[in-house]
Amino acid sequence: MYIYDAFDRRLLAERVAEFRDQVARRLSGELTEEEFKPLRLMNGVYLQLHAYMLRIAIPYGTLSTRQLRKLAEIARKYDRGYGHFTTRQNIQFHWIKLAELPDAVAELASVGMHGMQTSGNNVRNITTDQWAGVAPDEIEDPRIWAELIRQHVTLHPEFSFMPRKFKIAVGASSRDRAALRIHDMALRLHRDASGKTGFEVMVGGGLGRTPYLAQTIKPFLEKRDALSYVEAVLRTYNQFGRRDNIWKARIKILVHDLGAEAFAKEVEAEWASIKDGALALEPIVVAEIASRFRYPDYEALDDAPPQLAELRRKDRGFDAWVNNCVTNHKAPGYAIVTLALKPEGGTPGDCTAAQMDKLADLADRYSFGEIRVGHEQNLALPHVAQRDLPALWHELNAIGLTRTNVNLISDIISCPGLDYCSLANARSIPIAQEITRRFHDLDRQRNLGRLHINISGCINACGHHHVGHIGILGVEKNGEEFYQITLGGKADENAVLGTLMGPAVPYAQVADVVEDIAAAYLELRQRPDELFVDTVKRLGVEPFRERVYAAR
Amino acid sequence: MPLVENARIVADRYVYVGDDEAIPERVPVIVTAQRFLADPDTLTRRDGSLGVLWPNNRRVAELAPWLGHLAMVALHFPKFRDGRAYSQARLLRETYGFRGMLRATGDVLRDQFHFLLRAGFDSFEVKKQADAHAFAEAASRYSVVYQPTADGRTPALRRRLGEAGPG
Repeated sequence: MYIYDAFDRRLLAERVAEFRDQVARRLSGELTEEEFKPLRLMNGVYLQLHAYMLRIAIPYGTLSTRQLRKLAEIARKYDRGYGHFTTRQNIQFHWIKLAELPDAVAELASVGMHGMQTSGNNVRNITTDQWAGVAPDEIEDPRIWAELIRQHVTLHPEFSFMPRKFKIAVGASSRDRAALRIHDMALRLHRDASGKTGFEVMVGGGLGRTPYLAQTIKPFLEKRDALSYVEAVLRTYNQFGRRDNIWKARIKILVHDLGAEAFAKEVEAEWASIKDGALALEPIVVAEIASRFRYPDYEALDDAPPQLAELRRKDRGFDAWVNNCVTNHKAPGYAIVTLALKPEGGTPGDCTAAQMDKLADLADRYSFGEIRVGHEQNLALPHVAQRDLPALWHELNAIGLTRTNVNLISDIISCPGLDYCSLANARSIPIAQEITRRFHDLDRQRNLGRLHINISGCINACGHHHVGHIGILGVEKNGEEFYQITLGGKADENAVLGTLMGPAVPYAQVADVVEDIAAAYLELRQRPDELFVDTVKRLGVEPFRERVYAAR
Repeated sequence: MPLVENARIVADRYVYVGDDEAIPERVPVIVTAQRFLADPDTLTRRDGSLGVLWPNNRRVAELAPWLGHLAMVALHFPKFRDGRAYSQARLLRETYGFRGMLRATGDVLRDQFHFLLRAGFDSFEVKKQADAHAFAEAASRYSVVYQPTADGRTPALRRRLGEAGPG
């Protein structure tokens, strides 16, 4: 956990006061909706189909139990008793009243949370691996760098009115769990030949109407230069990114139009003039930030305690849960427990206030008071002693958070779609719900193996459909909802964009098509352990197209 | 349009001169970038303060050779959302060392004052009278900043190393 100090708290309090004043001016009519819009957006407030929506940042996906309880309270007091975790380590409340927003924001500030820069054309919430600090394959905790960047870009005087939003992710593992290559900018900590750690810098990734994967513009950046290099990239983008067409305003278009090499040259020229200035990070500055990340005081425990093996033998349900939801931890005797927010017939990422409260209690007892939020719209308890797993499992069972569908076909990533969002062309949530009903049988899901479905209700691609193993994109055709299906996308360290399978299908056929794709895969895979996405890679989409469209 | 300098509403000493108008003698004037670049030598030798209105889609590096002769550069915000001039301001102040007056023109509202001051602006053509009156309040809104810029304020990252918390 990063602990806010007096400076961070003061800035938040000042921000809340400013927002209160802005809302008051809007309510009195001194500000028009058009003038108010960029101001509310900078505080994470959207106007959606039915109400204002408040999006709250969960920096690098780390939550304390105090913060989670506060989110539960906000859900009860100002919303309809639930919140929605997004694909960018944020939580959204969809039913907040404008007049109550300043109070809600003030309550959030009391636990060091805010909606600053969760929308608007600025640097958004910095995301990272939800297992940061506990993943065995990590070389350093990426959150220290995410926090340094977070602070640097918060209310940045130069980069609060860029051509478009700007998303940064930081990773530090061989496995990419932060979807680095689909970000406007990503920093990946790695070692050079001498063993020194630094960053690979990637820019120009993004989905939406014109999807691109980020390209590496600097293979190894010294840590001292992290902030100055970010500054140089942002300055180049702020000046030269397109502002004449909202669809061409993201940095990916600038990088693509100039070419990554020419873009990198602009950045290097700018960087040369600032790298040895006030932004150079001496080790003492980094150490100061690092010192405010608190790590649990782990006990000296052994892996695989006997009581665990015993219950796994006795109880098939427990064994299935351990296999599916429990992951290795870097401390011996501990584990990371994933909690799927993907119940059958439910809304991906939704969590009720009652679940949040109960989860906070469990995290206090079993996970050193910490919860993680991942871009797959699931939660995790990051520091559970393996000997406590049986007790934790019983308690999670009671609140419906032991579904063993993590990484399976019903673990769907979905945007809110036309049920909430004013940008959407089609519904997303009912599609996800229907698919989870069709595949309710867990044995069937396990037989299909790892399979990610991503659903977006419009081309803005908040559901990251381009990088779903099966991507589903809602479009509108003559007033009707149609869905384009792509296959073979991935957002991991071997990221690739999916390929369109064939013509769009109407709303009523989407779940049938997904079932047909699953059947085709079972027929086409070489071995039971060839993953769906590997079968698509080996054969292309053609054999899927033939089988799925043959009967249509 | 009220003009704010040093947190006070003041009368504008400068006259904007159109591209076809004659430039008055011994009066502070602001000319367009195009006019200035057509004959910078004559204009910089003229008796009287000179300001240049610089568009936000042209590199300020072009202006660098003459900055020592300019009393003012005016940068333009065609829309509240168009933030290119923030980068231009910081480049002028921090990379090219411009010491003259830096004026913000166009869609300039109270909610930008904090950012504008931090980017190095010290003269503001404010769109709304009420916003001009609220300048001092808006400008002192934040006692904590996270970035080092030309305004010289110490960012939190450095204050943590040397000081107790904010007052």
